[in-house]
Amino acid sequence: MADLLELTATEMTAALERRETTSRDLVAASLARMASLDGQVHAFLSTRSEAARKEAEAIDRRRLAGEKLGPLAGLPVAIKDNLCTSDGLPTTCASRMLEKFHAPYDANVVEKIRAADGVIVGKTNLDEFAMGSSTENSAFGPTHNPWNLDLVPGGSSGGSAAAVAARMAPLALGSDTGGSIRLPASLCGVVGLKPTYGRVSRYGLVAFASSLDQIGPFGRTVADVALMLQVIAGWDGRDSTSVNRPAPDYAAAVRSASAQGLRIGLPREFFAAGLDAEVERLVREAIAVYEKAGAKLVEVSLPHFAYAVETYYIVATAECSSNLARYDGVHYGHRTAEPSDLIEMMSRSRAEGFGPEVKRRIMLGTYVLSSGYYDAYYLKALKVRQLIKGDLDRAFAQVDCLMGPTSPTAAWPLGAKTADPLAMYLSDIYTVSANLATIPAVSVPCGFTAAGLPVGLQIMGDVFTEDRLLAAAAIIERERQDWQRRPGMLAGDGKAVQT
Amino acid sequence: MGLQRQEVEKVAKLSRITLAPGEAEQLADQLSRVLDYIGKLNELKTDDVAPLSHALAVANVFRDDEPRESLPVETVLANAPSRTAAGFKVPRVLEGDED
Repeated sequence: MADLLELTATEMTAALERRETTSRDLVAASLARMASLDGQVHAFLSTRSEAARKEAEAIDRRRLAGEKLGPLAGLPVAIKDNLCTSDGLPTTCASRMLEKFHAPYDANVVEKIRAADGVIVGKTNLDEFAMGSSTENSAFGPTHNPWNLDLVPGGSSGGSAAAVAARMAPLALGSDTGGSIRLPASLCGVVGLKPTYGRVSRYGLVAFASSLDQIGPFGRTVADVALMLQVIAGWDGRDSTSVNRPAPDYAAAVRSASAQGLRIGLPREFFAAGLDAEVERLVREAIAVYEKAGAKLVEVSLPHFAYAVETYYIVATAECSSNLARYDGVHYGHRTAEPSDLIEMMSRSRAEGFGPEVKRRIMLGTYVLSSGYYDAYYLKALKVRQLIKGDLDRAFAQVDCLMGPTSPTAAWPLGAKTADPLAMYLSDIYTVSANLATIPAVSVPCGFTAAGLPVGLQIMGDVFTEDRLLAAAAIIERERQDWQRRPGMLAGDGKAVQT
Repeated sequence: MGLQRQEVEKVAKLSRITLAPGEAEQLADQLSRVLDYIGKLNELKTDDVAPLSHALAVANVFRDDEPRESLPVETVLANAPSRTAAGFKVPRVLEGDED
């Protein structure tokens, strides 16, 4: 077989079942690809090679013995490094604060991946504590976009998106608080889904903003994302906000995808000033594909869309200031040397352990929650959050889903926005509403710019309609087949991973 | 609305973050610009709007209070920056004589 890593997860599973390849070879290919290219991409913060090889061999033996295997059997999986893993890999959140932290337990999604016989090959880079839109806020250096190494991969789950785009792993997990799965999926040309809040247990996800955080999958195809979602979806008693509601058959929904009669809402606010002309053209061309296939396009309005980023930054920083209060140098994490008293120990440990963006957000959150400002900022933001959700509820009474761009631009150069926090925040303009309203949203590739950079179409749906969103995403994927296009950096690397 | 250096110092103290020399001025500038931006919400009239803190209709979630196994002490202490045989060690909190 030629380059094993060109196979999607779904194709790998079929090849394994037909005994055309082995998990040992797949995991070896994945590790070899990481060894040859990750020096340039920096998608991973840590890798498991020996343990992953052993697990793969054990799965191959079980397959030969005719045992029933899980749905991810033998597939390499990458995990964002803000998900707790107890098997020897650190859980750093890309922060000096947790540089040496080893979680004493696995996140619920990690347990589920192991139970599904997936093979975890490493932990991926992120903006520190998932705060950022470019993966440049990592204390351990940025991730580079596999389509052009001078550009950002998007963030905060940039490592997971880049790992999938560079075929280092067919599947990855990320987390999405304001767009942190969808934005990097768009900029790296892969599929990324933020599920409904409560669809996936957050147990073992290091908390950033608890009312917005949600874990979700990355894959090169919609079918792969459906496969991963099926594994991680479900209720968990250790996350009291997870929802006890059966998950539909996502793969079946993808297989039976049809645009016939689909009512697609086009928010007029999504196609206004600030949207790059090339991105707009590709997104409109994608939408035309749906119309041609029988969908009905409906213009809708989200009157409070213009306030979403502001609302998001108040709610997210308020919750972050509270969640990150736990890093005090007492139980785990960085502690400053020779503090004179307890308060100084905490304050200096935090000053040394956190990077600039995390400090800014903690301080902004502390400010908006502080006496005298709580009503003006935090309470106000919760009210506007209600208005934003109301806009979306009204839209979903009319249409099955909303479509628009995931990101206002394709990938931008490293360093271009790091000096201006506000410019960076505006990268999330199309994605934060879904988190504020707790609804699911997916980014699916819809073409490439003249410079060869991927662009993502965002599809948003009402709560718990992941099956419908994935089915809708499958239609443009089937038409365009963008998942087959390879980043230029992979040319010549195929040989290195042949087995 | 501008944020003064003194206010930044107060917020830093509440946040338990020691500021480096010059950092307060820099943060005053950056945070002022973000506050100006998020202040745009004041354009909206929201007197009759109920705040939304959780969009899902999940009320209090209860479970039976059943004893469960805890993590082993050694596992929990493995990440401690400073420890004794069975606890976390921190600088003296209470004033008074040694021991």
